Amino acid sequence: MESARKPWNRALEFLIERAIFFAGIISIFFVILIFVFLLKEGVSLLKTYPLKDFIFGQKWYPISEPPSFGVVPLLLGSLAVTMGAIVIAVPLGMGAAIYIAVVAPGWLKEILKATVEFLAAIPSIVLGFIGLVTLVPLVKQVFHLTTGLTAISGSIMLAFMAMPTIVSMMEDALTAVPRSYREGAIAMGATKWQMIWRVLLPAASSGMLAAIMLGIGRVIGETMAVLMITGNAARIPTSLFQPVRTMTATIAAEMGEAVQGSDHYFALFAIGIVLFIITFLINLAAGFFIGRAHHK
Amino acid sequence: MTNDIVIDVRDYNLYYGDFHALLDVNLSIKKKSVTAIIGPSGCGKSTLLRGLNRMNDLIDQVRVTGEIFIEGKPIYAEKRDLVELRKKVGMVFQRPNPFPLSVYENVAFGLRLHSHLSKEEVAQKVEESLKAVALWKELKDKLKAPALRLSGEQQQRLCIARLAAMSADIFLMDEPCSALDPVATQHIEELIRVLKEDYTIVIVTHNMAQAARVSDETAYFYLGKLIEMGPTDQIFTRPARKETEDYITGRFG
Repeated sequence: MESARKPWNRALEFLIERAIFFAGIISIFFVILIFVFLLKEGVSLLKTYPLKDFIFGQKWYPISEPPSFGVVPLLLGSLAVTMGAIVIAVPLGMGAAIYIAVVAPGWLKEILKATVEFLAAIPSIVLGFIGLVTLVPLVKQVFHLTTGLTAISGSIMLAFMAMPTIVSMMEDALTAVPRSYREGAIAMGATKWQMIWRVLLPAASSGMLAAIMLGIGRVIGETMAVLMITGNAARIPTSLFQPVRTMTATIAAEMGEAVQGSDHYFALFAIGIVLFIITFLINLAAGFFIGRAHHK
Repeated sequence: MTNDIVIDVRDYNLYYGDFHALLDVNLSIKKKSVTAIIGPSGCGKSTLLRGLNRMNDLIDQVRVTGEIFIEGKPIYAEKRDLVELRKKVGMVFQRPNPFPLSVYENVAFGLRLHSHLSKEEVAQKVEESLKAVALWKELKDKLKAPALRLSGEQQQRLCIARLAAMSADIFLMDEPCSALDPVATQHIEELIRVLKEDYTIVIVTHNMAQAARVSDETAYFYLGKLIEMGPTDQIFTRPARKETEDYITGRFG
């Protein structure tokens, strides 16, 4: 019996091993494929359009004659919306994470965690749509603007999208701080806030920075909501109360009309490369902070 | 004589939900003495210790009756200032738990919480406190180093130093040597003998030899009750109660 089953088992083992190996390798393969494709198409722009004009060009007029493909207004548009979103999301997210991790009673903690995570489940197009009909008129009215389709509207909306990432990662970082630190501080007569401020936050700082990084990564890659509510004017923004156009929205809006193989088409891929490099660096930074948090 | 009593526990009962963890405990502890609390696991000795600075308040569903007087003042009285209490009654934990800050900031922690001293005054307090636990020589050039890089023994000394710095005068020690090796244990015991010149120390220990070595008085707990308390040499040579003798001679527990 034993001996009869052995070759079978070995064959099965071999097959499973190969299958898992294949599954692992194929995801790496696809990443490489995507990157090569992106690079090939993006770099094709440089055959006819100088790199310097792409990187430093301040005008994005893809269908003028001659066209200009300056990425600066789009890059600044993305940065403006992202910065605004982070400035809103980080303090709110930090407050929420501290409340959930240390202050809230057990039952409320569970409800809050589930609710914040549910926020992540709302499709971004739905959030964008809600933003368009509720937030945009509000922004217009409150700030007395001619249009509510501005960077600040996008920032507010994206802040909501970044919140689940920021809150749940920060909460994890705070919960991971050993209980003995908290007890030690309380036993020395620290109040809850002194304990949080002087012990908990410094101990969790690496994990919290990683949370902010991943929040930025989430925001800068977001497309649908910004396409709907930031106004899409490819101009260099001078304040958050102007319409802006982000890199993602540009690709989404223009890819349909760009002729395949045209300079315009390649320029959109070149924007994709810029976006890729930015998110890659952000993830790298997040990875660095996470590594440091585990090291402590 | 009564002026010597610094901790006075009266008819103290503690419940974790339905579980009656301490039953009618009465005992007094003299100033500048070392009192050891011994007994088998789950007898309530750590619970009593954590009652003395009200750390049990952090646990849900804890209920207390009776009273504990520290320097004559009831600690369970309404409006009792817990910050004031915990400043006076410091705690050393089983596992050394320095904060993830520098050596210097660990010792200065209590001062930053509770006082507005000048930079020089803080520095002086830090130095005095590190000297009190015999760490100054080893660490005076490493004050900026992270406390978590110190050895276990140094960390535990540091945890005592940070209590000394905020002028606590009662130290509650919850098995302070259980995470340390025998040599480090011996050093901490020596330190306890030095510290009792200035401080009142209550130490919970599983190690009966340790209780015999360091304490002046010993209290034996079993199932939440104080069975017997008296001078340590008496408890270890001619205990009044049969249960105490059984535990100490190792016939049980």
